[in-house]
Amino acid sequence: MSSTEHVIKASDDLPQFENHDQQEVKYSTCYMCACRCGIKVTVENDQVRFIQGNPNHPVNKGVLCGKGNAGIMKQNSPAKLRVPLLRKAGSERGAAEFEEISWDRALDILTERLQRIRETDPKKLAFFTGRDQMQALTGLWASQFGTINWAAHGGFCSVNMAAAGLYTTGHSFWEFGEPDWDNTKYFMMWGVAEDHASNPIKIGLEKLKRRGAKFVAINPVRTGYQAIADEWVSIKPGTDGLLALAFVHVLLKHRLIDEEFLVRYTNAPQLVVHAPGSSEHGLLLRSEDGRPVVWDMVGEQFTGAHDPDVSPALVGEYQTPDGRTVHTAMRLILDKYLQPEYSPGQVAERCGVAAEDIERMALEMAQVAFQESIRIDVEWTDWAGRTHDHFIGRPVSMHAMRGVSAHSNGFQSCRALHLLQALLGSIDCPGGHLAKPPYPKHIPPHIKPARTNQPNTALESPPLGFPTCPEDLLVDDQGKALRIDKAYSWDAPLASHGMMHMVIHNAVKGDPYPIDTLMLFMANMAWNSSMNTAQTMEMLRAKDDNGEYKIPFIVSCDAFHSETVNYSDLVLPDTTYLERYDTISMLDRPISEPHAACDAIRQPILDAGRDVRAWQEVMVELGGRLGLPIFINEDGSRVYKDYKDFIVNYEKAPGIGFLAGWRGKNGDEHLVGEPNPEQWETYIDHECFFEYKLPENMRYLRHANRDYLEFAQRAGWVGSTEQIVIELYSETLQTFRLAGEGLYAGPKPPLAPQAERLATYFDPLPFYYTPLEQQQLEAGEYPFYAINQRPMHMYHSWDSQNAWLRQITAQNYLYMNRAQAEAMGIADLSWVWLRSHNGRIRVQAKLMDGVQADTVWTWNAIGKQAGAWGLSDDANESSQGFLMNHLISQSLPEQASQSNSDPITGQAAWYDLKVAITPAAAHEQGSWPEFVALPPLQLAQRAADEISYSSHDNVNLVRSNADILRKGGLS
Amino acid sequence: MRLGLVIDLDTCVGCHGCATACKQWNTSGTIGPLSDTAPYGKDPDGAWLNRIRTFEVEEQPVSKTVHFPMSCLHCEKADCVTVCPTGASYKRDEDGIVLVDQDKCMGCNLCAWACPYGARELDPVQGVMKKCTLCVDRIYDENLPEAERKPACVLTCPTSSRLFGDFDDPNSEVSQAVRARDGQDLMPELGYAPTNQYLPPRQPVEVSVHAVEEEQPFTVKGWINKMIAR
Repeated sequence: MSSTEHVIKASDDLPQFENHDQQEVKYSTCYMCACRCGIKVTVENDQVRFIQGNPNHPVNKGVLCGKGNAGIMKQNSPAKLRVPLLRKAGSERGAAEFEEISWDRALDILTERLQRIRETDPKKLAFFTGRDQMQALTGLWASQFGTINWAAHGGFCSVNMAAAGLYTTGHSFWEFGEPDWDNTKYFMMWGVAEDHASNPIKIGLEKLKRRGAKFVAINPVRTGYQAIADEWVSIKPGTDGLLALAFVHVLLKHRLIDEEFLVRYTNAPQLVVHAPGSSEHGLLLRSEDGRPVVWDMVGEQFTGAHDPDVSPALVGEYQTPDGRTVHTAMRLILDKYLQPEYSPGQVAERCGVAAEDIERMALEMAQVAFQESIRIDVEWTDWAGRTHDHFIGRPVSMHAMRGVSAHSNGFQSCRALHLLQALLGSIDCPGGHLAKPPYPKHIPPHIKPARTNQPNTALESPPLGFPTCPEDLLVDDQGKALRIDKAYSWDAPLASHGMMHMVIHNAVKGDPYPIDTLMLFMANMAWNSSMNTAQTMEMLRAKDDNGEYKIPFIVSCDAFHSETVNYSDLVLPDTTYLERYDTISMLDRPISEPHAACDAIRQPILDAGRDVRAWQEVMVELGGRLGLPIFINEDGSRVYKDYKDFIVNYEKAPGIGFLAGWRGKNGDEHLVGEPNPEQWETYIDHECFFEYKLPENMRYLRHANRDYLEFAQRAGWVGSTEQIVIELYSETLQTFRLAGEGLYAGPKPPLAPQAERLATYFDPLPFYYTPLEQQQLEAGEYPFYAINQRPMHMYHSWDSQNAWLRQITAQNYLYMNRAQAEAMGIADLSWVWLRSHNGRIRVQAKLMDGVQADTVWTWNAIGKQAGAWGLSDDANESSQGFLMNHLISQSLPEQASQSNSDPITGQAAWYDLKVAITPAAAHEQGSWPEFVALPPLQLAQRAADEISYSSHDNVNLVRSNADILRKGGLS
Repeated sequence: MRLGLVIDLDTCVGCHGCATACKQWNTSGTIGPLSDTAPYGKDPDGAWLNRIRTFEVEEQPVSKTVHFPMSCLHCEKADCVTVCPTGASYKRDEDGIVLVDQDKCMGCNLCAWACPYGARELDPVQGVMKKCTLCVDRIYDENLPEAERKPACVLTCPTSSRLFGDFDDPNSEVSQAVRARDGQDLMPELGYAPTNQYLPPRQPVEVSVHAVEEEQPFTVKGWINKMIAR
């Protein structure tokens, strides 16, 4: 009810329910998931009265989800850590016998250890972070420390999406882009469970439904968003790339493609050398100045692809003056995808989608893109300085996430989606998929991962970056990995988020080398964030022949008693999201909207009341203690007194810091400007977020929009104003393939299996292949695909400690297709054995219609180790819930040395799992394996037997006796 | 005035935002606290005024998953009120909101049995009946910004699947939505005349595709480039 005319008027003399005078309203940013919505928090009596969405916030526009509304019970969790803990001398790791220590002592212990590592071999510190939103700071800290062994959790989350996007379009799904919800008329959602991104998707879907746009959901499971789709496509897991390329086949077959878009904005017309067996095969034809070349149809000659005044041939084969044969990239695209192997008839069974449906959906997309295109009349200037009076929109948009990402073919599958978008011309146009500032970037972003690792020396570049050739890999002269997780090695050359899932495994094996200290921030690696959980727990306890732990020292920082806390030698207790200052920075995972650059802060709403410190503060403190270059002055004194001081005054480049809003001495400069000493206060005055709206001429086609590119360069988002040419054909991939084929002039992989992987999977054009694990399994032995999704009301392992949310889901089931299960004699709620090549588990089955017949699935991270997360030993999460992780191996079935990851990006392939299912015997009840209950943690607050939460004395609305007498109450 | 909710089953994705918003507002609200038992133990339970039930319904040619939010429907013929032996349960004259006077309730549970919708829950700690108040402690609170004088569930719903207003006012948002989308009583055959209305799922959108002529199979060699300036 936005209009005032329908506001409900007070009608009687109600009591004063709330004493607003004793309440205080503060703004901040939610952290119940990664969505980062703006919140407005009402506090009274040092307790939270109400957390609501901030109506002015660009991300959530006032709404909040099931998680965000349950923040009170996160704050009141009995699993909150209260004081630093040190494993008791003589006690075993994992036994959870801790001594409580002061912060001074904790930081002394850590400083001493880290100082020694830094003085000798900095890479012996492996620093990996989980669900954090401060990678810009932790990454900066790691590079200042000088260890190349840093990454966040993207390696098992979504690196395939980010990398495929950044190596193809310059932005990507989710954080770097989103559908144009306001204009799209056809929306296709691929492999998205109920998260990523939470509220923006919900807000967007409702807009589509209201407008009558079509919503197609491609997902083996029909829960959450899929339930309201106009069409649910129950695809078989891991075949999304094949379906996308079948759509491509249909579009090409009928020549229903946006040729103007392809010629102007992609490398489709660029010429590719055809010289099989030579070192230049598949590379772009380049002019003397090294620039790609096209065939100009007007001048009938080869000319620079970046020349504005040419009409490049989109499809063709030409001979160069020196006698080489060259094809346009588009010609290669046609050659490849018009093959019968990508025709709907041939992919239908593999994908589990009828051929006529594939054909129809492709034609629907073409219909909407080309017959229902939209026009926005705005004058804009293209990369060559030519003005246009409108943007054309192809209102077909897509979103994709983990169902594509977490397969070992996910990178190429995601590239297939981007190819499909480009053929439709629906990239960064009205109604299409829009980039979010500071994206798009040039392809790929011009950052190379750091390789040097010198004592007492900061890295020369960030630990993570974007290789374009084998010389960029982090391998030694023998081709052996330099990083502990083997990211950027021959096994995973484009591992641009690192491979956190391999760190413990590799460190314990000492392959490529042993480490000294593993520092984990907010990552539950001893439980639901690792593949192969039971063995991972053993690895954390593993000792060498001398009785020393193979990972000598484990430090974890978490606000809560996760399973990983028990495997730590030093535990640093963090604050909750309502207790600290924090930044959601554009240098990090941005929260921008397509048409606005945005960042935000958190501010303390409540006193912690425990001996805890924000990890942000600890990072700055450690930086000073260790004397990391940016944290100290020349005389060795500290530059920053605390985190707030650091955020205000640290400049990545002149004028560019963690927060983009209200910079400059007077706080009147945005994006770029001198530090503003009042910046935090100004953010707080502006409801804790900053939103810089882009003018209308900079809202579309930003990869080729001069005004935008100049603006982005001034803001430090891009290094040059050159057009960002979408790379449908990836010369980077071809370069690595040549290395695999032994045809590259530079470094080559030392091992034959590595070479074969490069030659096979580094196809410069997206292609489909059976996920690696499935290639190595006996056909038919494991008939079911097994996948994990996340419920809309819970985020990772976090919310089982939440008294309200666990009432919604305290146990996960194995969901099976009803007809399939009944045919196997499996009844609803019966117990079944699930077996993979890696082990077996016992779980409780629940039957449903809305799941693809050959697929089983569960909610991940509900299952808990007894005693963790403040839960009782008999809590449903540990006695009936389960983790599918036990079945997932870190290694491929037939290649123990090869990680179960995407061969290009190293993304953990935890959706590739296949299982066999058999009914359990009648006496076999409860989930298995069972784990010994963790002992109660010292000082964890006692978990109440019952809760009657209220932030003030409730004011009852009394019914008058007169009313009772008048109307009666008795029947 | 006849206040109530419109709930859109076409757009509800089952996020439970309305349920937890309700829980957090009302546990400190006039009907609160809303207690929880075994909050960190086996079989946690508690008093909720709004729950989302997700189920599959048989429809041709395929079944459909429905997310169905359920709270008190503030019926015109509210048996929960007439069965109350203490007069604690009542329906307000001013706006039709059905309430429970917490001081008068003796926790006999008769009203919960009388409610065919399962909308009332006995507080497991306090032993008195809890139910949706339509956030009577929000909607009339002139200290709240005008735009926020709505039930917490409506305020928070990420898919705008919940509307609040006066069904006696033909121009209210709720009345218009019911007219436009064929709003339905829940189980009208029972005769409780519920005030809240449910909007049924829309017909799936279809895109009509112009027939594509099946010409000669397309060949790469047959491609003729268009003249397109870069």
